[in-house]
Amino acid sequence: MTARYDVVIGLEVHAQLTTRTKMFCGCPTTFGAPPNTQTCPVCQGMPGTLPVVNRRAIEYGVRTALAFNCRVNAACRFARKHYYYPDMPKNFQISQYEEPLAEEGRLDIDLADGASRTIGIQRLHLEEDVGKLVHEGTLETAQSSLVDFNRAGVPLMETVSKPEIRSPEEAAAYLRAFRAVLVYLGVCDGNMEEGSLRCDANISLKPAGAAELGTKVEIKNMNSFRNVQRALEFEVTRQTEALDRGQRIVQETRLWDADRGYTRSMRSKEFAHDYRYFPEPDLVPLELDAAWIEEIRRALPELPRARRQRFVAAYGLPAYDAALLTQSRALAEYYEAAVRDFPQPKLVSNWIMSELLRALPGDDERAIEHAKLTPARLAGLLRLIEDGTISGKIAKTVFETMLATGEEASAIVRREGLTQVADADALARMVASAIAANPRAVDDYRKGKTVASKAVVGHVMKASGGRANPAMVSKLVEEQLEKLTKR
Amino acid sequence: MKIHELTAAYTRGETTPSRVTNEYLERIAKLDDKVGAYITVTAEQARSAARAADDRYRVGRPLGPLDGAPITLKDVFCTKGVRTTCASKILESFVPPYDATVTERLAKAGAILLGKANMDEFAMGSSTEHSALRVTRNPWDLTRVPGGSSGGPAAAVAAGLAAGGLGTDTGGSIRQPAAFCGVVGLKPTYGRVSRYGLVAFASSLDHPGPFGGDVLDTALLLGAIAGHDPNDATSIDAPVPNYAAELDRDVRGLRLGVPDEYFIDGMDPEVERTVRAAIDVLKAQGATLERISLPATPHALATYYVIAPAEASSNLARYDGVKYGLRVPGHDLIDMESRTRAAGFGAEVRRRIMLGTYVLSAGYYDAYYGQAQKVRTLVRREFDAAFSRVDLIVAPTTPNVPFKHGEKADPIAMYLNDVFTIPADMAGVPAISVPCGFTASGLPIGLQLIGRALDEATVLRAARAYERATSWHTRRPELAA
Repeated sequence: MTARYDVVIGLEVHAQLTTRTKMFCGCPTTFGAPPNTQTCPVCQGMPGTLPVVNRRAIEYGVRTALAFNCRVNAACRFARKHYYYPDMPKNFQISQYEEPLAEEGRLDIDLADGASRTIGIQRLHLEEDVGKLVHEGTLETAQSSLVDFNRAGVPLMETVSKPEIRSPEEAAAYLRAFRAVLVYLGVCDGNMEEGSLRCDANISLKPAGAAELGTKVEIKNMNSFRNVQRALEFEVTRQTEALDRGQRIVQETRLWDADRGYTRSMRSKEFAHDYRYFPEPDLVPLELDAAWIEEIRRALPELPRARRQRFVAAYGLPAYDAALLTQSRALAEYYEAAVRDFPQPKLVSNWIMSELLRALPGDDERAIEHAKLTPARLAGLLRLIEDGTISGKIAKTVFETMLATGEEASAIVRREGLTQVADADALARMVASAIAANPRAVDDYRKGKTVASKAVVGHVMKASGGRANPAMVSKLVEEQLEKLTKR
Repeated sequence: MKIHELTAAYTRGETTPSRVTNEYLERIAKLDDKVGAYITVTAEQARSAARAADDRYRVGRPLGPLDGAPITLKDVFCTKGVRTTCASKILESFVPPYDATVTERLAKAGAILLGKANMDEFAMGSSTEHSALRVTRNPWDLTRVPGGSSGGPAAAVAAGLAAGGLGTDTGGSIRQPAAFCGVVGLKPTYGRVSRYGLVAFASSLDHPGPFGGDVLDTALLLGAIAGHDPNDATSIDAPVPNYAAELDRDVRGLRLGVPDEYFIDGMDPEVERTVRAAIDVLKAQGATLERISLPATPHALATYYVIAPAEASSNLARYDGVKYGLRVPGHDLIDMESRTRAAGFGAEVRRRIMLGTYVLSAGYYDAYYGQAQKVRTLVRREFDAAFSRVDLIVAPTTPNVPFKHGEKADPIAMYLNDVFTIPADMAGVPAISVPCGFTASGLPIGLQLIGRALDEATVLRAARAYERATSWHTRRPELAA
């Protein structure tokens, strides 16, 4: 369908920075506090108040810019962007316009078919977030609206990609890679549901191979990776059909309605805002010290893509494992710590992927960092399996306990008497009583149904509470049944 | 009485802050119906602050040279718990939850706030006639204006309704009313005094500064409010000299520049004659004179009326009826905001908001705002060049004397009043107006001294030298109850 047209997409991503305080005042940035409790005269836009730049927010911006290989501008400045909206206390937003913090960067993305692409980043700038309107009922029927300024003034970083994304799938891949970098850098928690990460898209279609870009449409209100892809897929279809019918695309802003699965027109260019940007006179131009930028560069962590490639090369992991294990910095570090203590990379990977990630979200830095089951303890558990102290099956129940209590595996095994029974005499007695209790199994075996031995093994395992060494039990059962049936 | 005379009397035990505060409050009650200097009188707070000052003098531990000084603030400075109106309908009932930095600093110095003084609405004007709340009259001639926008504090000091005060100077708004009311008014260097808590008109041009009965009082007030403020990113982090201590050094050898562009056709001949005579007084004290030229002067005014409205249109966008101040109900949000702003802003404020909105609009920005910034740089460079040759520039504060209420109905005629004061605002350099004589009909005239950035000390010293050689600052208007 789209072969006749080239899809051109550019993404604007707004990321709330995880600084402790707001962009231009000392109020806390904590999410979910009671309305208007995290405010002061400055972030409420009271008459007479003035902004003061949060140095940490600048640092986070520089860190991100360097991670995207942007040129960090030695001098940048803030500008006022004007529009009337009740959630914006001053009716202008302090943002950056002609002199942004950083420009000309790039982000490498990986696609499902294994191919990778480089998407250019046009600019990265800092600004303040707005408050939130709470409507009584729906926007259309509400008799009144309330304003919560807790979010007003929270540092926002806007990153604009170049129009180099060629499909909705690439857009989703860009966003995933983008999010991973931010989370690795520790500058944003990446939570799209809570609005810490928001994405708007510009999308246009042009006849395949044409040089000139088509009319672009801006899509807003896509609050998950999936919705970004769905909304853009809808738009590709809508625009393709319109163009096929010979219609012109209207330059406009459209809202994605996730429930109904379509975009609808919000405002057209005729009603476009004139933001009347001008340099913010209450703030002096920002001059960034080259040494400080270098210091931030030196402190940059290994980024997700590089780490994923290293996991494949250094640990011999499949690409799938490496991708999963590097989805957050905390998880990757968890994995590496566990491998240091128990150097069987694939085994460690299996346990993390199948057990740990069942209990903890791998993209949640804090959850992983604060997991009671530490990497060293996980390694301890794996050692107990390896040396035969416990069976793999028992290990899984021990794992559950460790997750809840954070204890050492050996302590749990000792306390609950879970040590594997490998004493041949004891096992022989257990097998004998199991055979005695299962005369049918002996008959079946005699008739040649060798699978009957499995029932006896199961019985022994059950009777031992799973502690019997399964390999030894199987061997003993075979031997005893042989003996009984041969006479 | 001057502040330094009052505090000396407190120290000697001849009177107390409470007694003096009560005298001022009684005088306000008796005379302010005539003058109209105050929007809000804070009698109770003043009395309680005075009692605390009494106690400090009683135990011999006053806070400093302003302890117990009864002062007024232009109603543009936020005062916690005391309404701050900007002389507007839209903020008529606005009570700030915080103090401006200067409010706080004066309180810490022991100054006693008598009340909030009248002004042109949002500081936009040169006569205080644009106040939406009150008419202020010139204490020297009640049929005339006190100047503006800081007409309230200037009139209050002139009429003895406050011993000192603070105003703001965006385009002459301290110096012009000081000249019109026969008091001293100083516009400090941009960034010398914090703007935090000063309700913004034009951020890059707003300068808070003191009014005094004489130069010493003015220096004492400046000393209390000057200095870096972490809440104002444009405030300068430089040490604050002891202005009062430097004051009495002579002016021998000081080079004074007399700019051609400040003596122009159409100015009041009495003003020109009086100011030239005042300059000769400084020459007689040992200063040298040099004729200089500041050719961008006439362009500064036009440029000002691009930059100031542009910033004002942005700063005043917040008054929408959503959060504080006036709200006029409407059938929807936009209707509510439009009605609120239409009812809440006066004609001059609306005019400047529209002007500012226009010059910032897409397609006009470069032609107006961008060009204006270039001219502003030119004005600044001219001052820099001049100050490489002279230490101070001496000139009239205004081209004419106080006019009658309603006389300058045409906005342009009103704007022309600020032609000599605006350049120093554009350049951010310090400038003072001191009384330098009277017209035959008894209207005060001001001498303006403009100095290098952060060199308030020299500006004050020369003003003080002039004051010592003359007696204009001792004259006070006759006001009968």
